[in-house]
Amino acid sequence: MDLYEKQYLYQRMVRAKLYIDSHYAEPIDLRLIADHACCSKFHFIRLFKAIYGKTPHHYLSSVRLNHARILLAEGHTVAEACEAVGFESSTSFANLFKRTVSETPTAFQRRMMTRKVAMLKQPLRFVPNCFVEQMGVKKRNFE
Amino acid sequence: MITKLTHTCIYVLDQQRAYDFYVNKLGFLVHTDAPMGEGVRWLTVTPPEQPELEITLYLVSEGPMFDKETAETMRVLVSKGTFGAAVFTCKDLLATYEELTAKGVVFKKKPTKEFYGFEALFVDDSGNWFSLAQLERQ
Repeated sequence: MDLYEKQYLYQRMVRAKLYIDSHYAEPIDLRLIADHACCSKFHFIRLFKAIYGKTPHHYLSSVRLNHARILLAEGHTVAEACEAVGFESSTSFANLFKRTVSETPTAFQRRMMTRKVAMLKQPLRFVPNCFVEQMGVKKRNFE
Repeated sequence: MITKLTHTCIYVLDQQRAYDFYVNKLGFLVHTDAPMGEGVRWLTVTPPEQPELEITLYLVSEGPMFDKETAETMRVLVSKGTFGAAVFTCKDLLATYEELTAKGVVFKKKPTKEFYGFEALFVDDSGNWFSLAQLERQ
């Protein structure tokens, strides 16, 4: 395969990845993405996995989970996060979340909210003291 | 015995713009975003697969670290691209290069074969430059 052919192939795979990155919340038909990438479904899956280390389906799940983590950390409920990122079943979302993150979505959300509150009230807990001094932060404001 | 690097610092000219660059373009994760009062913000991000390394997006501004003159000098030096801040690695440089280019990241050097693998150079929104490498097994 010459360089231009390889570059063209990469551009098509990257376009497919970026499509997943921006449309993860919608029902995504991977066959359609393969068509857009001008590949057969099996060729598309093989190439995508060779480049990104995951099948398109697994990659889509990981993108959805990452966005769910962000939403949960912002304080959204588990049901809201599940729906917002495109999971159809809350049970499969919760199971996949626990397998990947090693804690339930509810436990993760609680931990993140506790951390967020602490970050606002006691930010000095999160910053090495040398930087606190270099930034000129007045510690008494947080004591 | 020193065991690990946990924090490192990149000097930026605008923290919100840097947030957009590192999070929305490079895909880094926000580790800590804490308001410290009086306009000071402690903002750290981590590479997606290295959650234990906090990269501080440190605003160059007048304060205990930089007096007025030094802050101005630093701003000029950063924006001129004086500082090469780090080497990042990826699994597939050509794919990463295509993706970041599509997102508007500016590369000073296209993917090139080197002795140790492939390397490209990109700059952040402030002017800091980085090596992006796909390393071969050594």
